[in-house]
Amino acid sequence: MTWQRRHVLATDDWSKEEIELVLDQSNAMLEVLARPIRRTPALRGRTVVLFFAEASTRTRISFELAAKALSADTSIITASGSSIEKGETLLDTVRTLQALGADIVVMRHSAAGAPYFVAERIASAVINAGDGWHAHPTQGLLDALTLRTALGDLSGKRIVVVGDVLHSRVARSDIHTLVPLGATITLCGPPTLMPSAWRCGQLPAGVTFDEDADRALDGADAVIALRLQRERMDAGLLPSLREYALTWGLTEARVARMRPAAPVLHPGPMNEGIEIDAAVAHGPRSLIERQVTNGVAVRMALLHLLAGTPAVEVAA
Amino acid sequence: MIVAGARRIDAEGRERTEDVRVGEGRERIDGGALLVLPGLIDLHAHLREPGFEESETVATGARAALRGGFTTVCAMANTQPAIDSPGLVAELAARGRDARAARVLPVAAITRGRQGKQLADLVELAAAGAVAFSDDGDPVDDAPLFRSALEYAHAAGRPILEHVQDRSLSGRGVMHEGAVSAALGLPGIPAAAEESAVARDIALAKLTGARLHLQHVSTAGALELVRRAKADGLAVTCEVTPHHLSMTDDWVAGSRAFVFEEAGGLRGARPPQTLPYDSATKVNPPLRTAADVHALWRGIADGTVDAIATDHAPHASIRKDVEYADAAFGISGLETALAILLMAVEAGLGELGAVVRALTSGPARVLGMPVPDDLILVDPAAEWTVTADALASRSKNTPLLGKRLRGAVVVAVVDGEARYGKERVRAAAVAR
Repeated sequence: MTWQRRHVLATDDWSKEEIELVLDQSNAMLEVLARPIRRTPALRGRTVVLFFAEASTRTRISFELAAKALSADTSIITASGSSIEKGETLLDTVRTLQALGADIVVMRHSAAGAPYFVAERIASAVINAGDGWHAHPTQGLLDALTLRTALGDLSGKRIVVVGDVLHSRVARSDIHTLVPLGATITLCGPPTLMPSAWRCGQLPAGVTFDEDADRALDGADAVIALRLQRERMDAGLLPSLREYALTWGLTEARVARMRPAAPVLHPGPMNEGIEIDAAVAHGPRSLIERQVTNGVAVRMALLHLLAGTPAVEVAA
Repeated sequence: MIVAGARRIDAEGRERTEDVRVGEGRERIDGGALLVLPGLIDLHAHLREPGFEESETVATGARAALRGGFTTVCAMANTQPAIDSPGLVAELAARGRDARAARVLPVAAITRGRQGKQLADLVELAAAGAVAFSDDGDPVDDAPLFRSALEYAHAAGRPILEHVQDRSLSGRGVMHEGAVSAALGLPGIPAAAEESAVARDIALAKLTGARLHLQHVSTAGALELVRRAKADGLAVTCEVTPHHLSMTDDWVAGSRAFVFEEAGGLRGARPPQTLPYDSATKVNPPLRTAADVHALWRGIADGTVDAIATDHAPHASIRKDVEYADAAFGISGLETALAILLMAVEAGLGELGAVVRALTSGPARVLGMPVPDDLILVDPAAEWTVTADALASRSKNTPLLGKRLRGAVVVAVVDGEARYGKERVRAAAVAR
């Protein structure tokens, strides 16, 4: 298996082998991160531009740490305080990025599909760090890494994704990363926050829907809780946060319905007491902090693969 | 010259072989491989002038129309300013005459400034030459106002052409709501947004007894409502577009295969797949499902569909070369419509006679006018590739760029004058 891709836009057309390659490389990167000096010269002299047209702290810092651990030069373009705020179009930004000559552009954008727009018009490699409701491939991969480490081979494992699936790029990328690895996904959440086609039976392969959280969690191998955006209430999609917490929130009693020690994941940042109780978020099943570490490793692996530089040496 | 032995189809879809005179001269050429059709009538085109001349003008739009075989086009009123006064109607008609291309028929706005608040002077606008009324681009949301509009249009002897969309349901949607929008993470426009608007409008047509024409019907459910209204004897008509007769929401995800060409297009076509989120596929109403496409073709076969109209919606690249969610709705359609329809007929989706009716006598009946004595000569076997350079329209916003089509207009005759392609007749005939 050799790496062929120029961009990482979504994993919806990735093979199992490609996903496994990235996860294996990520494990190598975890070893780099465990060293006293967390740095390897793999991307020395390369430029990584972090283009964040939508606010993000966690993902941006994760990518920044990943790029720095590989010794890449990084620069950051964010929406606030840049010309994007003054009405610069995405096309203008692409032309600027092209002229700057970045090797890799990591981009976060509120519009689904924006990374495709950029990738089609630029010589750099593009990594999607989240586009609208569409995809967040590095999140899908870090969730897969976290679950594979906890559960071993994922084939036959049933993972519950609970929450606002309709507006969630995390849910879509989890589907397109975990299903190729052999897992099945049970989507769970308010019917108003589920794509209508999926609620009505036109589901992607390997995915089912169950609006009842207790039933969905019964015997599950893991659960991924999604962040609930408070503005969904204003749109009439939720009666109240209390109703949501009562019906779909991850309580200790609910997660106990899963297999013993079945892990709990959350992409962060969490609304504790709404989609997840503090006791669960910080309890023995929680891998939420592990996800953060794995995120840096996955991003290092992708930056490294896209840069096409020789493999990172890992001490035996 | 005389084009001898051509296959001629009249406005009622009847076919016979005969010799056809085109322009001056007594030279006879063999027309055995050519089709002769009445000049096509487009009930629905956006010519963008005044106000959006960077996208299209009356002259460029009327030339694009001729190139596509449309010798008559109805120009929608969503210009800047909107066509809502007799002076603007007269000005638009004059620019159409000056272009000496397709015949341009002005459609006037239903409400002042297309604001949906206050009726325009419909009777006066009709007297100035408006052939119909439409706020197209926007529906008339206010039901009592729409009721009044129907009454006044009836008094003016003109149809209302209504853009059927319940905007409270379509919301911020940018494509058909279904499995593809779910996968792409784009906000959807449910079929219900169209169907509930059609139901309201039909109820008001029944209440008023006025003539109501529903624009760009795109769902099986909406068409079923029209079918029932017609069975009830209401004066309700409707149109469908060539893109809704050939493309699906899969095109937003990157497919470029027509519903009728599963195998992947003509020889020389680019691969029937491209990157997702191409804003050229963004159109309102959105591209729907294959089941809807087939339902629209059944509507053409049984007469539920009165007209095929292009909804030609040219947009300058500045309005399309942006994120999918921010791009303008619309497909440039005048120049590709006939080829798409001929290919669909060839693939067995419909009958040529029914398609010709829906492009000639059907729209003429909607407007309450006779079919003009125009004709076009078509080479149904001519293959061509859709490129920016090949299009006469000022804008190139079509998802068909790079795709190979079959069927091209050779000559278009308007008011007895060959205004398009007369130099090409002999070449086309000899090439066969």
